Amino acid sequence: MTLDLVKERGIPLDDQSLSWKEMVGRPYSKLDVDAFTRVRVILMNGIESEQLRFLHVAARMNRELREPLARIRRIEQQQQTLVNWLHPADQSPLETTLGYEQVAIELTADIAQKEPDPYLAQTHRFGLLEDFDHLYRYAALYDRLEGGDANNITQSYTDIRPGRPTMVEHRHPLDDLRRPYDPATAHPLSKLHAYTLVAAEHQTHDYYMHVGPLFSDPIARQLYAEIASIEEQHVTQYESLIPPEESWLTKWLLHEATEVYTYWSCLGQETHPRIKLIWERMLQFELGQLRFVRELFESRERRDASEVIPNQLPSPIRWTEHRAFIRETLKQEVNLRASGADYVQAAEEPRRSLERRERLNKDGSPSEAVANGYVWRPGTELSPRARDLAQSQQRSLQ
Amino acid sequence: MSDAFDTGMNRTGIATAPIEAPKTIQGAVEGRGPAVDGAAAALMRSTCAREAEPIGTVPPPASLKGAAKTVLKALQGEKASVFIDKLGERLAFERIGARLYEVVLIKAEAYPTWPGGPSREELLEIQRDELSHFGLLQSCIEKLGADPTAMTPSADIAANLSKGIPQVLADPRTDLRQCLEGLLVAELADNACWESLIELAQEAGQDEMVRAFEAALQREELHLGRVKGWLKQGVAAALGAKRSPDQPAARH
Repeated sequence: MTLDLVKERGIPLDDQSLSWKEMVGRPYSKLDVDAFTRVRVILMNGIESEQLRFLHVAARMNRELREPLARIRRIEQQQQTLVNWLHPADQSPLETTLGYEQVAIELTADIAQKEPDPYLAQTHRFGLLEDFDHLYRYAALYDRLEGGDANNITQSYTDIRPGRPTMVEHRHPLDDLRRPYDPATAHPLSKLHAYTLVAAEHQTHDYYMHVGPLFSDPIARQLYAEIASIEEQHVTQYESLIPPEESWLTKWLLHEATEVYTYWSCLGQETHPRIKLIWERMLQFELGQLRFVRELFESRERRDASEVIPNQLPSPIRWTEHRAFIRETLKQEVNLRASGADYVQAAEEPRRSLERRERLNKDGSPSEAVANGYVWRPGTELSPRARDLAQSQQRSLQ
Repeated sequence: MSDAFDTGMNRTGIATAPIEAPKTIQGAVEGRGPAVDGAAAALMRSTCAREAEPIGTVPPPASLKGAAKTVLKALQGEKASVFIDKLGERLAFERIGARLYEVVLIKAEAYPTWPGGPSREELLEIQRDELSHFGLLQSCIEKLGADPTAMTPSADIAANLSKGIPQVLADPRTDLRQCLEGLLVAELADNACWESLIELAQEAGQDEMVRAFEAALQREELHLGRVKGWLKQGVAAALGAKRSPDQPAARH
């Protein structure tokens, strides 16, 4: 099944609006929802958030586009509200954080496997192993600070174990810049992947910057600061895959196509009936917006939008576990480091990155401190000890 | 050493701004809109409450073996899930409790204690009790064929109700006495909840569990008594420290 972006018209822009009740609907259940529904909600908030960010920057740089940008921005903001308000209030910032890392892992793993360009696929695998480690660090924090089991959130889809250690992820800014795809020859999927990942990483950075200070525990505060810093590196990395030479309207068109692609990917596999209806409606909104921007693009740039976006959507994101792929990547590539836009073995890492890292970690590493000796166990790391203690007490009473 | 009872530059009250505060009051009065009775907000909240979906559900037992059959027979249908839900609540609370005492152990090293305050050994003993109760509840839930790693609705609600406790305890700025205030809230809730869990176990005909839970409650009563005593002594010690040597104690 695919979607024809030329034929589909969606809901016209002027007919798109939401009431407060529609924007602030009933949240999903933290306990009963499938982890991938939470993952989809998180991703789509990131996609909407990136869209809003881009449309604002575009308005600051393009006088002639200010009006159409303002019109689209208003509904995008309402859509983001609708999506983000699906999170329930009983889901703590740390629990939501676990969901954020699950998005980064499973989404990136899917993208890395489907990416047709070998260099881009390598870049996605590189980022994947870093986010994979973040989940482990946050899981340790959740266990040790709040007495919680991260698997209640990740639901056995995702391994909770170290990846590329967070403390060695800190690099010199010039070792985070990658080579962009060639806009003339890149596969449409490569473009959609880059736009999707930069959106996901950017919102993750912003989320950690927002919730980090809400914690009282000094290690939690430092850990959020540390991982937010890596997310900034990841934004730099994925953003640099997008060629700066693309015109503003090209970028806008690709943003809209990314929204259509991701909502459509959510719709096809959603198991939550009410949220499935939301994805369906949002897809129709986005198709209407894409139509609007397509016409704008074609009238102003005097070329066919099909030169930039595909006529038919490629295969959707697969919302499933990618355990085997991730384990194999871990085995093969955990020791890779970045040197400029290239990937090298740890021993060849540039001095500039090592110096940056030493300076950051000179007073200790929060990500190491939080997970010192941590091994995830069903029911938390305390579970085996608690069981032994209870049994020995029972024996002493008998 | 300064403590949380010291007076200082607190700016939160209106008396801090004798010149600007009256103007702020005047501004609010001048900007006052027509009087409303608040019914619209109440209606909005009650509509949402009627339309809301539950926090979540209790997972069905993974297997119906041994005691699970007995308890299901005694409690019939839905009531069995009430028992599993509440066992899950206690399990999560005891697990959090073990972590709370870990944090307080750190605070007891970082901040001064007082005569009659907690010793490291006493805190460790309670921490072990909490852990042991967590272990006990794991085996009870398993005996019923249920999954002790699941977060039940009551476990989730209890964690949300007591969210402020780990937040206060983990804050490096809170001293040992302030942390004990957090433990007091936790131990009060814990005692009351063990009592109701014993009643549920009795209804379920789980005599062995009743005996184990009564033993756990005894330990929890001891914890509560200790925390109350430490706090009382802590406040008395702070008062003593504030009093000048020639100032007599106030009469009650």
